[in-house]
Amino acid sequence: MTRGTSVPDELRYTAEHEWARLDGDVVVVGITDFAQDQLGDVVFVQLPKPGARVEIGAEFGVIESVKSASDLFSPLSGEVIEVNTSLDEQPELVNDSPYDAGWMLRIRSESPAQLDTLMDSTAYRRHIGA
Amino acid sequence: MSFVPLTEAERTEMLGTLGLADAGALFDVLPESIRFPAIDIGPALTEMEAVSQLEGLAARNTPLGSVPSFLGAGAYRHFIPSAVGAIMSRSEYGTSYTPYQPEVSQGTLQVMFEFQSLVCALTAMEVANASVYDGASALAEAALMAMRSTGRDRLVVSGAVHPHYRGVLDTYVGAKQPDITTSDVIVEDGVLVERGLIEALDEQTACCIVSQPTFFGEIRDLTPVVEAAHRVGALVVEVYNPTSLGILKPPGESGADIAVAEGQALGIPLSYGGPYVGLMSCRRELVRQLPGRIAGEARDAQGRRGFVLTLQAREQHIRREKATSNICTSQTWISLGVTAYLALLGPEGLRSVGNACHETARYAADRLAAIPGVAVVTPRPFFHEFAIRTLLSASELNRRLLERGIIGGFDLGPSYPHLADVSLLCCTELTSPAAVDALVESVRDVVRSSP
Repeated sequence: MTRGTSVPDELRYTAEHEWARLDGDVVVVGITDFAQDQLGDVVFVQLPKPGARVEIGAEFGVIESVKSASDLFSPLSGEVIEVNTSLDEQPELVNDSPYDAGWMLRIRSESPAQLDTLMDSTAYRRHIGA
Repeated sequence: MSFVPLTEAERTEMLGTLGLADAGALFDVLPESIRFPAIDIGPALTEMEAVSQLEGLAARNTPLGSVPSFLGAGAYRHFIPSAVGAIMSRSEYGTSYTPYQPEVSQGTLQVMFEFQSLVCALTAMEVANASVYDGASALAEAALMAMRSTGRDRLVVSGAVHPHYRGVLDTYVGAKQPDITTSDVIVEDGVLVERGLIEALDEQTACCIVSQPTFFGEIRDLTPVVEAAHRVGALVVEVYNPTSLGILKPPGESGADIAVAEGQALGIPLSYGGPYVGLMSCRRELVRQLPGRIAGEARDAQGRRGFVLTLQAREQHIRREKATSNICTSQTWISLGVTAYLALLGPEGLRSVGNACHETARYAADRLAAIPGVAVVTPRPFFHEFAIRTLLSASELNRRLLERGIIGGFDLGPSYPHLADVSLLCCTELTSPAAVDALVESVRDVVRSSP
C-alpha cells in the first residue's frame, strides 16, 4: 500500500485502477491516485477520438510513464463524447490531479447501471491493500 | 563436461530402439525428389590449400569495376571515401548492440543521434529512428505505422515502387490482412505511364505509397497525389533515393508524412544479401508510431551534454507484444558508415554526386535513343536511371552485352511480364564516358545484328 493514497468515496473503481464518476447522463473516466503513483512520471497518454465506441473491460488507450507503458481499460460501454486534450501537452496532470484535471474520457453510456458492477471505494481500498 | 551432443554409443542405442539402420532412414518419409543430394566435399584441406582453392573460385567472378556495368535497381555502386572504412573499422563500434543500460555507450548513442540528425536534414522531416534492416522493411514498417495511426487497413501502392519492396510489403504486413491495391504501369505512346493510383484512394485508405524517383528513374510532381491522399485522410509514404536528395526536393517538402529509403548508396559497398540499412523519418506527430530505437540528446545532473535512448516505452523490451515493432533490427554499424559518408561529403558533395550521376545518365540516354530500334521509355526528367526498350527481350540483350564484356541493365520481365523487352539502366559518378561509349557501340551492334 501507499501511505496517503486518495480513494474518494463518491467514485467507482475497476480492478485495473480506472475510476468512473456519474456526471448527469455522462460518465467521466480517469486513473486512480494509486495507479499514477505506481506508474511514476506520466509522459504520454494516448486516448481515442471523440465519437469512438468503448466497451466495458476493453482497452481504450495507453498510458506511458518514464519507464513503462500500460493499457487503459474502459469501466463501461458507450460513446466517447469528449477527451481531455490538455493531456497532450500536460500529461503530468494525471500525476498532479488524477481525479480532477487529469480526467481522460467523458462517455455517454447506454446503461449507467454498469457502474454498479464496479467496486466501491471500500472494495477498491481492499483491492490495493490500503 | 562434454560438449559432444551425442556419442556413437548413444546414437547406436537410439537407432536400435527405433529399429533403424542409420540416421538417414529417419528421412525416408520425405520424397526422394526434395531430399538434399549427398554432399561430397572431399577430405579436409590445409589452410594453404584452402586459400588457394578459394582464390581460384574468386578469380571466376567478374567484379564490378572491372567491366562497364549499368545495373542499379536499388543497389548502387558509388565512390566510397577511404575514411568511411577507416572509421567503421574502429573496434569501439564493433558491436551493433546497445547494452540494456544504453547510457554507458555514449559513443554509440552519439553516432545514432548524428545519423538521425543527418536523415532528418536530408529528408526535411522532424524525426528519424536509428535505422531499420533495409529499405524494403522500412517501407513495410511505414505502412504499419500508417495503419496504426489512421486505424484503417487499406494500402494504395504505386506500381512504380521497387517490385522487391512491394514483395516484402506483402509478406511483412500480410498477417494484418490489409487490402492492398497496386496501380498499373504500362507503355503507352512509347513511354511508361501509371494508371489508377489517385483513383484508388478512398476514405478507408491508410496510406498511399509512392516512389521518387520511381523505380524506372522518373522524377514526378508529387503534388496531385499528396493532395488527393490528404483529402481523404490518408498518409503519404515516400520511397526516395538518398543520393538524389543532393539535387531534388526532399520528401518533407513534397508533403510526404513518412519517408523511407535504402541507405546503401551512402557509403556502403554492394554485397549480395547486405547488410544494408533502412532509413526512416517522419513528421513529429507520428513519432510514437515510429518503430525501433531513437537516440536523444540530454543533459546530465551537472549540465553536461549526453545521449540517451528516448521514447523507449514504444519498444519491445518495455511494451512486449504491443511494441510498435518486434522485427525492426537497427543496423547501427552500417548506419555508422552512412553517417561518416554524409559527414565527409556534406551538402555540396552530395549535390556534386547527384549532378554527376544525372549528367552521365542523360548522356547515356541521349546516345542510346539515337540508335534505330532503341527507345528510352522512362519519361524525362529522370534522375540516374532510365528504361530502354529494344526489339530483343531484356534477358537476351543482357546475354549479348555480357558476351561483349558489359553488364547490362535490370531485366524488368520477371517483375513486370508485359515489360520483358524493357531494361532499366543506371549510371553513377563512377560510370565513365568511355563505359557509356562502349555500351552504346555494343547495343548498336547487338540490335543491328538481331533479326
